[in-house]
This record gives sequence, C-alpha cells and structure tokens, in this order.
Amino acid sequence: MANPILKIDHLSFKYEDQMVLKDVDITIEKGEFTGLIGPNGSGKTTLVKLILGLEKIQSGQIHLFGTPIQKFKQWQKIGFVSQKANTFNRGFPATVYETVAMGLTGKLGYFRFLRRKDKKKVFDSLAKVGMEAFASHNIGDLSGGQQQRAFIARALVSNPEFLILDEPTVGVDTDNVGRFYEMLKELNQHQGITLLLISHDIGSITTHVTDLLCLNKTVHYHGNPNDYQKMSDEERSQFYGHSMNTVTHNH
Amino acid sequence: MIETFLEFPFLRNTLFTGLLIGLIAPLLGTFIVVRRLSFIADGLSHVTLSGVAFGLFLQKKYALMLVSPFYTGIVFTILGAIVIEYLRGVYKAFQEIAIPIILSVGVGLSVIFISLANGFNTNLIDYLFGSVSAVSKSDLYIILSISVIVVTIVVFFYKELFALAFDEEFAHASGIRTRTIHLLFIVLTAMVISASIRIVGVLLVSALMTLPVAASIRIARSFKQAIFYSIIFGETAVIIGLISGYYLEIPPGGTIVMTEALILLGTIMLKKHVHFLKTKG
Repeated sequence: MANPILKIDHLSFKYEDQMVLKDVDITIEKGEFTGLIGPNGSGKTTLVKLILGLEKIQSGQIHLFGTPIQKFKQWQKIGFVSQKANTFNRGFPATVYETVAMGLTGKLGYFRFLRRKDKKKVFDSLAKVGMEAFASHNIGDLSGGQQQRAFIARALVSNPEFLILDEPTVGVDTDNVGRFYEMLKELNQHQGITLLLISHDIGSITTHVTDLLCLNKTVHYHGNPNDYQKMSDEERSQFYGHSMNTVTHNH
Repeated sequence: MIETFLEFPFLRNTLFTGLLIGLIAPLLGTFIVVRRLSFIADGLSHVTLSGVAFGLFLQKKYALMLVSPFYTGIVFTILGAIVIEYLRGVYKAFQEIAIPIILSVGVGLSVIFISLANGFNTNLIDYLFGSVSAVSKSDLYIILSISVIVVTIVVFFYKELFALAFDEEFAHASGIRTRTIHLLFIVLTAMVISASIRIVGVLLVSALMTLPVAASIRIARSFKQAIFYSIIFGETAVIIGLISGYYLEIPPGGTIVMTEALILLGTIMLKKHVHFLKTKG
C-alpha cells in the first residue's frame, strides 16, 4: 500500500512552558478530505506550521509522503492557503495573475523565469477556481470570496497532491461559503487532491468532509463526520471540556 | 539647460549618477515600501553618515586620501544592514527596536568622528544635503557598478523578492530560503543608500526610495506597474531637481525631494479627481 500523505506520531509541542500539542497521532491517506476542528488555542495553527516545516519539531515525528519531514524536499507537492491570506495588505499593488504566479516560485527554483507554459499553468489554475476573468484585476479590489479563490489558485498552480487550508472561509460572505465548499469537493473528487481543512466552523465543515478530526491539544476524535453529528452534546463536550455547539453555523 | 550638464565633465558625472540613482532607488524602494520597511532606509542612512564621518576623520588625521569618505560610507552601511538583521533576530518580538538602536549608534558615531575630524566643513555639508559638483569619475564608476549589481540581482531574484514582499509565510512554505533572500535584499538596500548620498545626501536618501513609490502605488494596478511608475517619477524628479538645484544654487537633495513631493501631491489629486468623476457619473 502506498505511503499515507501525512503521518504524525506522538507529536508534542511547547511554546516556552505552555503545552500546545500533546501526543498527537494523525494519519491522512490519499484522496481524503479531512476537516480539522478545535476551539481557539487548541493548537490547530501550530499543527499546520509544524506540518509545513515553519516550526521545528520538539518531540514526535511527522512523515510527509513517507519521508521524515527533516528530509522532505518536495514542498511543491503541498499547497497551502494561509489564514493570513485574508489579512494581507489590501493596498498591495499586485494583480490576481501576479499573485497566482507567485505559487510557481518554489517549483521553478532560483534563477528561473516564467515561461509560456508557466503562464498557461497560471490561467489553468485560475480556471479551476472560476477566476480567469479576473487575472488583470488588482487583488485588493476583489471581494473576500474572490480573493480566497485567487489564493487557492496560487496554491494549486504548482499541482500539489495535498492542499492545506487554514480557516479559508473567514472573510467569505455566507452566500458564497456553500459554493466555496462545492469547489473544494470538486478539487477533491475530480482532481484527486487530498485536502486538509482547518476550521472552527463545525456546522458547514461536517457536511462536506469525508473525515473529521477534533483537536484540543490532543486528538479527541478522528473518524466519520456523520457519526460525530449523531453524538449527543454531552459526548462531544467530553472531547473539549465544554460545549462546542455555540459556534455552530447554519448555512 | 541640460546642454550645460553634458558640456562640463563634472556636471556630466552628476547627471549620469543621478540617472542611475533615479533607477535603482525607486526599484528597490518599491519592495521596501510594500514590505513596510521604509524606516530601515532611514536607519541605514544614518549609519552611512557615520561611515562618511569616519572617512573624513581618516582623511584629516592620517591624510589617507586614497580612502574616500564615500567608500567608508558604503562599508559602514553594509555592515549596519547586517547588524540590523542580527538585532531583528535577537528581538523577535520587538523587531522595530533594531532601527532606533542602529540609528542612534549611527548618529552617535557620526558626532564623535565629526568632532575628531575638527567639526563641520563644506565636504560634510555635501554629504548631508547632496551636491551637484561632488561626483568624481571614480565615484561614478562605483555607483555604476552598484547599479549593475542591484539591477542584475533584482531581475534574477524578482520572483523570490516579490513572494517575500507579498506573503513571507507563503514564501517560506513554498521552499524559498526567506532569510537568505531577505539578507540579500537588505544588503542591496544598503548599497543603494550609500550610492545615493552623493547626489541627495544622507538626510534625504530615504525620500528618494519612498516618495516615488508612494506616488506610484496610488495609480498602479500590478506590481510591475508600481515599479515602472516609481522609476519614471524618480528619474523625473532627479532631472528636474538636479537642473533647478544647479541654477538656483541649492543642494540637489532639496530640489529633488521637493519635486518628488509635488509629483506625489499630483497623483493624490489625480486619484481624487478620477474618483470624483467616477462617482459623479
């Protein structure tokens, strides 16, 4: 059997004296669409940083595509849409095209210029998220939902096999959230991209993902989202120590 | 008017130097402004001053005429850039503190070297406010070399520098060596600042890197446009400023920066006007 896309074993992480992650074990197989939920301060963002190599591992191990993260070099296989993408400087003078082309930087490597086939990749990627008509628009002039699509196109342009999205629906108006999930579903089912979606929005996440992961310093649930939905509030609150339903949204 | 500049060799050196600086200062300035690092240019220019003062001191005390204050200025600025980066690493939570530290050390050292070199003289005033007649042939060659290095590196590392400016986290996650690229960028900034002081002077050098960009980002839609317009504005200001400075007998630093301020005002008014027309109908 092929190596899992992501395998995390006994991962713990501390910021100074504060335990952020404790003995986390996660396996994500190819083709899964995993939703990662957890309250504020549950270590979601730290976990993402560790997976992306932005923070150094203190104890435990992460394997990406079967390779220990310390030796992993094929970062272009992993796409990332940051939470910060929503808070970028809106006055930044860059077009949607320039923003998406940025996604090829790592793949091309140093001393390489964008060639015609790379330009085509940018437009193909924009087409995947339905944004090709906006290529020459200033990124700051777009709506939150359109910007988010542009950032996903940037992550897709290097043809990643594994796409990580950190709170991508923040700043996207509720009408567009549904369409946004449809687009992710399409990427997952038709383009075969493995997805990891981090969110605090349990309501809409559980209806779209194939696997659900609940994190609060440690993994409290990993399995079918429908089984999670069927659980009683008491059962769920055991995972967190308090009820999570307060942040459930209805779309 | 411009014929006078081409006729006299010393003015010709000034004009060529001005045109080179009008290109490289806004080119790098665009990255500086969008990364919100404008204050680094200010901090570094004061380090340049201490280098210049050190050079003047050497000249005065040891009659080392071979070591031009211009050269010591370049060396000090590059070292200052590396120190800023080191301090930003030490004070991760207070990165901006590196600037007041380096700025005050720069001014402190300047005061010491200036007084050791027996105080102010016209030479120093030229370094503070710029001069139309201060550029020697060897200065021009140094500035030309710096310009070639800066333009070449920006062209070859354009996509990395752009990614770093737009989204550092993304740049890092896509495998770019962000620390190395950033250090390269800061050293380039130091080179541009030390090259520019001949014309605009230490005190106004950061204006040359930021004002044309402040004007261009108001009208540019893409990043390449922002670079293009800022260079156009920079060159326009250098040409008008140098010629008017020469005829009015004012250090060109003042006239160049005021021309840039007028261009900036123009773009602000234009944008307002266009906005007004758009909302009207």
